[in-house]
Amino acid sequence: MSLLVEIRHDAPSLDLRLDLPEGAITSVVGPSGSGKTSTMRVVAGLWAPASGLISLGGATWFKSASGINLPPRDRSIGVVPQRYALFPHLTARENVEAALLHLPRARRTPRAEAALARAHVAGLEARYPHELSGGQQQRVAVARAIAREPRVLLLDEPFSSVDRSTRKHLYAELKRLHAELDCTVMLVTHDLDEAALLSSRLCLIRRGRLVQAGATQDVLARPESAEAARLLDYGNIFRASVVAHDRDRRLSQLDWHGVRIAAPIDDRFAPGQPVDWAISHAEVLPADAGAHFATENTVPATVRDMVTLGDDLHLRLSPDPAPALTLHMKVSRHVAFHRHLAAASPLLVRLTPSAIITMAPSDDADGAGRAHE
Amino acid sequence: MEWDAIRLSLSLAGWTLAILLPAGIVLARWLATARFAGRHWVEGLLALPLVLPPTVLGYYLLVAMGGTSSLGRWFQAATGTTLAFSFTGLVLASLLFNLPFAVQPIQRAIEAIDPDVREAALCCGMTSWQTLVRIELPLAWPGVLSAAVLTFAHTLGEFGVVLMVGGNIPGETRTVALAIYDRAQSFDAGAAGRMSLLLLVVSFATIAVSYGLGNRVPGTRRRR
Repeated sequence: MSLLVEIRHDAPSLDLRLDLPEGAITSVVGPSGSGKTSTMRVVAGLWAPASGLISLGGATWFKSASGINLPPRDRSIGVVPQRYALFPHLTARENVEAALLHLPRARRTPRAEAALARAHVAGLEARYPHELSGGQQQRVAVARAIAREPRVLLLDEPFSSVDRSTRKHLYAELKRLHAELDCTVMLVTHDLDEAALLSSRLCLIRRGRLVQAGATQDVLARPESAEAARLLDYGNIFRASVVAHDRDRRLSQLDWHGVRIAAPIDDRFAPGQPVDWAISHAEVLPADAGAHFATENTVPATVRDMVTLGDDLHLRLSPDPAPALTLHMKVSRHVAFHRHLAAASPLLVRLTPSAIITMAPSDDADGAGRAHE
Repeated sequence: MEWDAIRLSLSLAGWTLAILLPAGIVLARWLATARFAGRHWVEGLLALPLVLPPTVLGYYLLVAMGGTSSLGRWFQAATGTTLAFSFTGLVLASLLFNLPFAVQPIQRAIEAIDPDVREAALCCGMTSWQTLVRIELPLAWPGVLSAAVLTFAHTLGEFGVVLMVGGNIPGETRTVALAIYDRAQSFDAGAAGRMSLLLLVVSFATIAVSYGLGNRVPGTRRRR
């Protein structure tokens, strides 16, 4: 009974197949222009691609081959648009009642009030949208979307227009609501943290194509390609070659510009083969005093520049074995202070072996570092 | 005062409004939301009465309604009277020369509605018709009001087309604008002045009232 989404279209270019398991929150994550919102509009029935298939369980909503294209009202959907799109001339209650026109007039008001109460906006029924805060507008939009008791809830960047503290409340409310309603949720977002917090499944898309899909934690922890790693904000993606597999230590030895790198064993790649490897900027650490270059996973580098972002310091390093590449690292400010980190100073860094991810080689390696510059 | 002419003008404006407003809403909505090739030709055709000299429009309408045209012959066979120089012919002409005044304000008002709001209505399960009646028209009603006022006031004041198509037949096609011209021609400054003042007051009042009402749409003024 999962929601199956297959879309092929030329402009905008889309060619993807998503499978959203029933009852789960699946986030569709990608940068701006990746086709997330277009995908959602196809599921909602607001736009028909050149070809494809949208089906929920046994029900087909869109099938280009058979000329089936149900209008939005015949699809069991509730939609929370990015800027909520509340009807400005209607009160909160009337906004929700507008989704209940299929019911006799007398039954609309109690249903609307129940939906508003569920979305935690009871008491604000008589207010117009412009009299509500951003968070309240979002809740009214959610109430309107769930009023029809849809089997699929489509959320398009639903938290992007509210402040951070409100957002945390709304995250919790969405989780609670999802547990109560037991519907299939498609959450479109560009925010990885949001996807990690809310969804059990994650579909990573870019340029209208599926890059990787799977359980959220798996995708976040194990990007399968340099492209996925880059979308998942792994700052460091490089090309190396496999030296050997050490089965006793469960490690693969890589050679990266003369530096010996140990990574969790990955015997898809034979010794001598090229391989891409990635590491998050938070897992590049200043090496312990006494460590030296010859040690595994230890890289001598020079600090190119550093930027303070809140409590953290983001550093760009030139690794001495390959100064043209950029190694990104993030350290807390007090560590930076104790280590006397400064621009142009040398720094020995250690790459946490368990945090290194190996991937099939692609054109995206090494380039990611440069793309940041 | 020529009360017959005033009554006729009001009747003509009333009929024009009653027929043109619903048609204008449908046409304006189509133009505001549909995307199709050759759209600018349709829009250009609709706007033509704004730039064409009324006598040119009137001439073509006269030809189209005359006894030699198929429309004129059909009308004469069906009713026994000519279409040109009749009140019905005048209404028909009035519908055409008022098209831009009825369609454009409504079209602009519907175009100004956030497309997300229209799509939200569809996702709420509304049909296209329900979306028009429950969402678009309430949000676009200052535009509808403008269209109504402009159409009404413009019909009261139209001169050239009315003269060409209707002639100047008392009780049938002699509108207040024609009556004013006649009176002025025959040096009856008193009657011409009184009727002119009446048209001035009525036109000014309707437009001022419509501007006042147009500012009172809940919610819409404060939106982004």
